This record gives sequence, structure tokens and C-alpha cells, in this order.
Amino acid sequence: MARGSPLIEHLLRRAGFGMSPDDLRFYETMSVATAIGRLLDYESVPDDVDDRIGNAAYAGVTARGTFSPNSNIEDARQRWLFRMIHSQRPLQEKMTLFWHNHFATLYSKLQGTVGAGLGAKLMANKAGALPGPQGQIETIRQFAVGKFRDLLTEMSRDPAMLVFLDGRLNTRQRPQENFGREIMELFTFGLGNYTEQDVYAAARVFTGWNIRLVRGADRSDANSYYEFVFLANQHETAAKTFTFPIYANGSRVIPARSAANGMQDGLDLIAALARHPETARRLARKLWGFFVSEVLPPDPEFVTSCAAVYAANDTEILPVVHYILRSRWFLSLTNSYARYAWPVEFVVRSVKEVGWSGLSVDTLRTPLTNMGQTLFEPPDVAGWELGEGWFSTGAALARMNYAASVAFNQRFNLGRAAADARTSPEALLSLFLDRFSPAPYDSEPYDGLLEYLRAGAAWTGSDAQLTTKAAGLTRLIVGSSEYQFM
Amino acid sequence: MSVSRRDFIRGGVAAFTVSFAAPSFLTEVARAQGARSRSLVVLYLGGGNDALSTLVPYQDQFYYQRRPVIAVPAGQVLQIGTDMGGRALGLHPRLTGLRDIFNDGRLAIVQRAGYQNSSRSHFQGTDIWGTADPGSPSVMGWLGKFLETVPSDALSGWSATREVPRALRSRTISVPAIPNARTYAFNSPNSATEAVHERAAATRIASHVPVNRPQLSFVNTAAIGALETLDRVASVSTYTGTVAYPNNGLALALRTVAGSIVRGIGTRVYWVQTGGFDTHATQGAGGTGAYGNLMGSFGGSVLAFYNDLRNQGLLGDTMLLQFSEFGRRISENGSAGTDHGAAGVMMAMGGAVRGGIYGTAASLDPNPGNPTLENNGGDVRFETDFRSVYAQVLDNWLGANSTSILGGDFRAGAPAIV
Repeated sequence: MARGSPLIEHLLRRAGFGMSPDDLRFYETMSVATAIGRLLDYESVPDDVDDRIGNAAYAGVTARGTFSPNSNIEDARQRWLFRMIHSQRPLQEKMTLFWHNHFATLYSKLQGTVGAGLGAKLMANKAGALPGPQGQIETIRQFAVGKFRDLLTEMSRDPAMLVFLDGRLNTRQRPQENFGREIMELFTFGLGNYTEQDVYAAARVFTGWNIRLVRGADRSDANSYYEFVFLANQHETAAKTFTFPIYANGSRVIPARSAANGMQDGLDLIAALARHPETARRLARKLWGFFVSEVLPPDPEFVTSCAAVYAANDTEILPVVHYILRSRWFLSLTNSYARYAWPVEFVVRSVKEVGWSGLSVDTLRTPLTNMGQTLFEPPDVAGWELGEGWFSTGAALARMNYAASVAFNQRFNLGRAAADARTSPEALLSLFLDRFSPAPYDSEPYDGLLEYLRAGAAWTGSDAQLTTKAAGLTRLIVGSSEYQFM
Repeated sequence: MSVSRRDFIRGGVAAFTVSFAAPSFLTEVARAQGARSRSLVVLYLGGGNDALSTLVPYQDQFYYQRRPVIAVPAGQVLQIGTDMGGRALGLHPRLTGLRDIFNDGRLAIVQRAGYQNSSRSHFQGTDIWGTADPGSPSVMGWLGKFLETVPSDALSGWSATREVPRALRSRTISVPAIPNARTYAFNSPNSATEAVHERAAATRIASHVPVNRPQLSFVNTAAIGALETLDRVASVSTYTGTVAYPNNGLALALRTVAGSIVRGIGTRVYWVQTGGFDTHATQGAGGTGAYGNLMGSFGGSVLAFYNDLRNQGLLGDTMLLQFSEFGRRISENGSAGTDHGAAGVMMAMGGAVRGGIYGTAASLDPNPGNPTLENNGGDVRFETDFRSVYAQVLDNWLGANSTSILGGDFRAGAPAIV
């Protein structure tokens, strides 16, 4: 394929997970505006990607017994990786990943508290798949570009979150501060906008937000589930005073309410946090790093503009993303390759470009862990350390070694693809630099790639030599630093 | 250089691994520093360790009043005497390993370590401890600044966790993250000879310094850091130790560190961490349960490390320094756990450490006028500035200049732990 649409490719890397040859053929005939519209208006695209699991034309999964992505966390990870590779709604998966990092929840704590099966359901049960509410990641996917206030409400009453940040233990007699602190420090406006007094008050606001275990008739994990419940008798009914405005009239006090109406306390606080201007600005800064650049700090004008769009649209995220993708900051190619690829972004993009014939997404899980990103297992409630934080030496080595393993897995396909360029090392290099999409190589690393192709026995272009050199070249390109940016 | 063929199973494919023969691991730099130069092992207990459960003021009636469920019964603590203020203290009952080291006179315990206006945020707190700068926790870590003062070497620092913590970051030193020496190898999709060509090419490609793309230079530096250290690290991968280490992540990381010390790699600063200390809930009643298990693996791992180094005559060259980002609330919460608090406990272990209890315990009387507490009697107030402990370690153990590294003179009032 010839590469002639740098902006379309930039868009697909940032607003999606890169492009397979078919993706590129589909999008490159569109104008940039049309492509952005198609990505944003994903509700008009059928959400049927999961139906293709098991179809030989797509990447495979590995079942241990029955493939159980709704109740087995390893299978849930496989399903999500499959969706990232093959979904025709790439922006939805991208935003789901963004919010997974924002509302970082660790499966391991769920497992330790409620067991493996119920814990996996709390994270990943798809609506209607197994009895009980949908899992956290499905709720995030549903609200991925909706109103942030709604997403924040759903996360506050999400059973996985109520286990993870101990909301289920937050009672009238003994308020528990874990969630009350993090909803301010990490989920909304951040440090510097609240005091310890606010932490106490927020903990009391959410007393009574709890979960209930419903056992299936057969008492199996598959048919049992946790659901949200408001326990009025556990709610602290006294007024709560904050240091920032809760209501539009500037009042900082959530009034005393009857226990039966006590859930409104939390909804009032959520609404106040969601519309707070510093929340808008903090989300804008995070979206700058996610969509525009991790090399340049957020442009103050960008932050102000995004916050204004957010406020004007009642905290809805879709118009904000639309604004960003159409903005001069995003559409400036000076910001291309200014974003450090997260391990899952790197791996999914490489699969889309290298190929997936005979590949099981299950083989991606261990390399991802070695690179520092296990889905449903961020390091802590603050999420992953992004940008340079991904690139410790051990993680850099893990990326190089993953490139070796994906090149080995696809070596015969790569060798066949190389047959078009058996005439010379230069031809092979040219073909593969067109097939993959690393950041541009300067002459020194380019010469290093060429030197590799010439190393060893004299060039004959035999099938055996092509298979060897195509695999080695693929590992060098995919493992190079130039490929770690998007 | 030799090339060995070895199947690698990770990722489910067979391929080849390039390695280079020992004993060339002992580089000129390492020799110049002296293979047995002093090293510092920093152990971070992630999540905010509940200091009052680690070191129990078992004669303070308020301790029992304020922790009716989780308090460790006085009869179960491991008594280690009294502090300078005459307060009786005991280690958590699962810390028998540390009690043994304490009885050898090789464990120093610094009570109420912290700083003014302690942050209750994990992330800000960790940055403050990492940079030793509560005012502006910037990019540079205190250990990274120290490493800039020693001869440059790719393994002068070693993070035995997957990431490199802020404490080890600096402008010019790229510290490798090597959680497991055994999987730290260069794999290839091709045969042995071809793998050598690939490694040479990967090294050449990553050696490039693009002047106008600093982000690319950063990743290249990490890649080169890996490629340059592979062979020396490989020499550690076979290390098993002279004692049986417990089977947990902390112990295995400490065994890797011990292997590096024994093999004379020349590393000056190691970073080891273990998590699970954010015990908001079900900490465990009376010293049992989740917190007890944390203490069991902490104490058992450190004891194995201590015995292993002692058996090999290397204890005198090693110091382990333990900290956490904050202590926890004095009163337990409604879920048999504790929320984020203020001052915590630090410990130092090693052959040159002057064992004992440093500082004075707080009175846990919730009276708001109690000067040893803060936050209306909710949290323990710091007594020893953690930077004075850092200063002590930098000046008297690592032979550095604490005033320049810490950006101020914190030597006054430092506990004389070494």
C-alpha cells in the first residue's frame, strides 16, 4: 500500500489503534473531516465485533475450557484486546481505555474480596450475558463520550468501584474516607482544590452507597452477582459543609435530609464536582496528553477552549473530543508522533500492521505485563504512569522482545510479503517501511537497518533468506524507538 | 562472546537468546569502584504503612481505646525495650525476623519520621519522599542526584521493580528497571548467528541521538540501557543464595539484589518495593489477617536477605533503608482499617548500622492540645524530618555531600543510625 494520507494515519493512530491494510484502504479515500465524523459517530456503526471471535479470518483467542469473557478475567482481557484490534468503532475502544486509566480499578483487589469469578463479572460482564448488572468496563464503554456527570455517577455506584475503594464499608457510625478522597483527588478537580475537611464531608455524603450479593438458584458464580443498593439506615443525615460551592447559588452546604432521601447528597456532590471549572480544566489537560502531545505541555488556550466546550455542553465529552480532533493543535503534523504509545496501543497497532494470521491474542498478555500494562490491573488508583514512565529499561527490553515474538509468529507471512522485494536489501527495506508506520528514521538508524539486511551471507533473495531477513527486519522496526510513538 | 541457543517459552514461541559469557561482567568501572563498594538498598512499603501496627506503643491506653478491633494485644507484641522518652515499644508479632536483627544490634528504628504539613495523598506523598522536597516535588529524585555524583556506569542504580521510581530519576543517569534477572535477555525470531546481527543493528539504531526529537532520545536511552546491561545482569540470573528465601515478590527481589552484591556488579543504589499497605479495610483483628501477612513477608524477606549477606561476609558493605509515604490515622475506621495519616516509621538494617530505637513515641491521647499529634488529635505528628535520615545515609554511609544533594542542611538533629 502506498502511504499518501499522513493526516488520516495520524488520526487513526490517535483516535483509534492504528490501521490494518483494510482499514487504511477504507479511510484513505475520505476527507479528514469525513473520517473524523465517521470515528465520532460510532453509534451509527454496528457493535458486532464480538460476534467475530472464533472466526478464522480474525485474530484468535485461546480458551482454557470454555471461553468465558464475562466471568474469567484472562478471557475478558482477550476479548478486549480482540475488540481493540478489530472493532469498527475504534474511538469507542480508545475512550474506554482512557477512562479505564482515569477510573483505575484493580481486579486483584476485587478477586481478593469477592473471589475470581464474581470479581471478573464486576469488571467485564456484558449486559445480558450473565445474570446481574453489566461490569465496570461495559459501563465505561456505554458512557465513553456521554456526559461526564453521568459517567461519574455510574462509577460512584459501580459495584466494582464500591469494592475497590471500600465504599461498601463506609457507614454512618464509621465513615471511611477512601472513595471520598479519590473522587476529588483523582476523578475530578485534583489536589489543591479541597481540604481534609472536604474529605471527611465527602465520606459522610456517600454513606449508605453499598452493594448486595444476589445468589443464583444454583449458587454458582456465573448466576450470582453483586448489585448497587442504597442503605438508608447507614446514611449520615446531618448537613455536610464543604469549602467549595455545591449548588448553583454558591451554597457550600449539603442540607440535612431524611435517610430515605439521603442518596441525593451524593448526587449533589457529584454534580458539583462534575461542573467545577477545575474539573473541566483537569480533564482538558489529560485529553491534551492523550490526543495531542506528551512532548509539549498543554497550550493554555487549548485548555480554556476545551473547558468552555465542556461547560457549554453540560459536561458532555463527545463535543469536547470533536473540538479536539478538529482543532489546529490536533491537525498540526508537527504534533504527529508526539505521543508515547501505551503498551496496549503499541501491541494492537503492531498486530494490525504485521498481521494476525494464526495469532492468538492470548499470547499478547504476558508481553503486555512485561511492558508494564495489564488490562484491569493498573498499578494503583491513579492509573498507569504515562509518557516517559512507560520506558524503563526493563520495559524497553520487553518491547524489543515482544517485537521478536510477533515477528517469529508471523515470519512465513512476512517472508511471502517480502517476495515482491527480493531484488535487493534496499527494496526490502523500502517495502517494509511502507508497510509499517514508525516515526521517520534519520539516516543513521536507517543505515543500521540496511546494514542488518546486508549482514551475513551475500544477498540472493532466496525464499529462505527472505523469511529470515523479513522477520529480523520486522523485529528491528517494531522494536525500534521510532515505532514506540504515535 | 559466545552464543547459546535457548528456547524461550514466554509468548508461546521458540526462538533464540543471545548472551555473552561471564566473567567479563566485572567491568572496569566496577573494578575501579572496588567490587565491594558500599551499597544502599531502599525498600519502599507502598500504600502508607500503618506505623502504629509495625511498632506498637503497647502501654498507651489510648492505643487500645482508639483501635478496639485492630490493636495488637500487649501480650503478643515482640518487646524491644523503651525509647528515649521511656515509652515501651514492641514489634508486630509477625516481625520475628526483624526482632532477631534488632537483637543483633543491626536494626535502627526511627519513629515519627515525616515532615511539616504531611500530604495525605499517596502520589504527592511518594513524590515528596522521592525528591526530598515537600515544597516542589520536581522531577529529580534524591537518589538520582546522588548517582550523578558517582562514576558513570549503566548499573550504578538498579530498580528491582518494573518501573523506575521518582527517587531514582535524574537528568543524566538512566537507571535500569530489572525486576527479574532471569527474564532479562535479548530474544530473536531467528537462528543464533542472525540473532547476533539483530542485536548489533538494534544497538546501532538505538545509539542514535536525534537532536530535534528529545522524546526519541529518551526511549533510545532506555533501549541502550537495556542492551548495555544484559550481559552483566545475566551473571546474576543464576544466583540462588546461601539461605532459602521465602516465596514472595519482595523476597525474590531481595535475592536478586543479594546476587548482584555477591557478584560484584558495582551497583550503588538498589530500589525494592512491595505493596498492599493501603489498609483502609479489614486490616485484621489483633495483629492477624491481612496486615499480619504483610508483616510476615516483610520480616521474613529482610531476615533472609540479612542472613544471606552475613553468611557471605557482605553485611558490612550493605545498608537497607525502609520507608513509606505516610503513616495512618490513629483511630481505626468503621471497616477495621485505617485511613491516610501523617508521620510514619523508618528502619535501617546493615552491618554498620547502630541498632536501637530512635526518637520518641507519640502520646495517642486525642486531646487536640496534645503536641505529639496533629489534625485535631487524629494523626501522629512528625518529630524527625525524614530528610535528616537521608542526610545521615548520604554523608556517613555513601560518602556523599548531603547538603548539595538535598538542597539544604538537614544534618542537625539527625538520628545517628550509622
